[in-house]
Amino acid sequence: MRKEIRIAGFGGQGIVLAGRILGEAAINAGNKAVQTQSYGPESRGGAARSEVVISDKTIDYPRVIEADLLVALSQPGYDKYHDDNIKKKSLVIVDTDLVETQDKKAIKIPFTKIADSLGKKIVANIVMLGYLTAVLDAFPKKTMKETIKSNIPKGTEKINMKAFEEGYKLGKKARKG
Amino acid sequence: MSEKQMDAKEYNKVLKALGKKKQFIQGDEAISYGAVLAGCRFFAGYPITPATETAEIMARIMPKIGGACIQMEDEIGSIGAVIGASWAGVKAMTTTSGPGFSLMQENIGYACMTETPCVIVNVQRSGPSTGQPTEAAQGDMMQARWGSHGDFEMIALSPNSVQETLDLMIAAFNLSEKYRNPVIVLTDGDVGHMREEIVIPDRKDIKLNERKSPSIGKEEYVPFKGGKDKIPEMAVFGTGYHTYVTGLTHGENGLPATDDWVTHHNLVRRLTEKIADDREKITMVEKNYKKGSEIGIVSYGITSRCALSATKMLRKDGKKVDHLRLITIWPFPRKEIEALAKQVDVIFVPEMNLGQIYHSVSEFSNGKCEVVSIPKTGGEMHSPIEIVEAVKGGV
Repeated sequence: MRKEIRIAGFGGQGIVLAGRILGEAAINAGNKAVQTQSYGPESRGGAARSEVVISDKTIDYPRVIEADLLVALSQPGYDKYHDDNIKKKSLVIVDTDLVETQDKKAIKIPFTKIADSLGKKIVANIVMLGYLTAVLDAFPKKTMKETIKSNIPKGTEKINMKAFEEGYKLGKKARKG
Repeated sequence: MSEKQMDAKEYNKVLKALGKKKQFIQGDEAISYGAVLAGCRFFAGYPITPATETAEIMARIMPKIGGACIQMEDEIGSIGAVIGASWAGVKAMTTTSGPGFSLMQENIGYACMTETPCVIVNVQRSGPSTGQPTEAAQGDMMQARWGSHGDFEMIALSPNSVQETLDLMIAAFNLSEKYRNPVIVLTDGDVGHMREEIVIPDRKDIKLNERKSPSIGKEEYVPFKGGKDKIPEMAVFGTGYHTYVTGLTHGENGLPATDDWVTHHNLVRRLTEKIADDREKITMVEKNYKKGSEIGIVSYGITSRCALSATKMLRKDGKKVDHLRLITIWPFPRKEIEALAKQVDVIFVPEMNLGQIYHSVSEFSNGKCEVVSIPKTGGEMHSPIEIVEAVKGGV
């Protein structure tokens, strides 16, 4: 088993944190995981990507060879990282309101809008993690929730868990469909 | 040199500061974790991408374990402070990237000349000059060996994973204490920023080397007289042992003797031989060999993980490939290269530079086989396919 996930967005959207939580949840569930990242010199803005490789064996090459999953939360991120590593079999998910795509199989999910409706745009990455947890089916939901809780500031558990559940619901629906 | 186990109280204090035994952390964080487990209690540095996280961890941990973390005015000041701390009897380290590493070169030579144990970590990024701050490279491999002027030996290690970064930091401090020489850890922006699972070693699995302290009285102490192993005993500054520390050529008493060629000859001979004599003991490599191989791939650091993937792909294709990973870069593992060159027809050397360790591999292959460089610059590591194609194109 080797699952490759690429998350693209801009600096400040918490995509590195999302990748980190994803990788940590994978090891908490007993798998191997590597999370890598690349970004420009800016700490806010600019195209950024975070990649996670999950496997039941030792991971040699730590980067994405052929993404199983690409999630894009910004147009520059999508434009830069929807590249050769995204093949026919890749599942492509974009933020409905932030990314325009010609890719017909792309799934559009309003991660940021959902987060906004919960009161904080900043939890869009956690909505996405909820969605991915359902879609990936690589580790138990409970493991992911615990991992998120250990990585967020104290006092923000309520909104983050709500964000997670919203995303998870949509992911579950997509899986069935 | 004495090898001992870490004190139980000290270990528990460090463990408490580091948190859980199993963590998902960055290579940079593992640098600082490994350092404090090795007994490092002084850190001086100047922030630079992609090494800054090491300093952040040190700033958080050091006050909790009775150590000191100081942000200096620049990298020259940083390594100066580290050398001073080491003479005060404390294990000390600094971390940086290419531009800072260039600034440190003069004081690295000073640490060699004054036989000061210390660890310098270079989280390599693209150069020359300020280059690509957020992009990884392996462009300082030769600078680590030859960057400072004059005749000296260097010990340099290169990790390829987060766990190995932690483990090699402990090895780096041990080697530095044992040989009384700076040790350079050559990691890169990819290993530094990558997150993987680490397990903090148990106390019983951590063996620590400490510099030899004076075994004789204050009156008889000769600060730069090498023992059988050519390594002098080191007194802590301010404990009453007469010591004079200078970058000038000095006799065994430490005092300058700059116009005596015999003194200079004996000094640089001893400085280089104390390490070169132990080359095989210092050499660490990882071999992934099969019988009857025709192709060799030699790599190190992050590139070795791409090369290992490529090796497996080539074998599936029926190619007979050996993969040799250099963990010790300096002193150069020449015997391993000589043996591989006798076995195979060609050795490929993928590196994130325009060909550096390629030159050393060529030197010690000594015409026994062909040596081909697979260079890559710009910040991206080689994909396994790139290496596979280069090997197929070059055979």
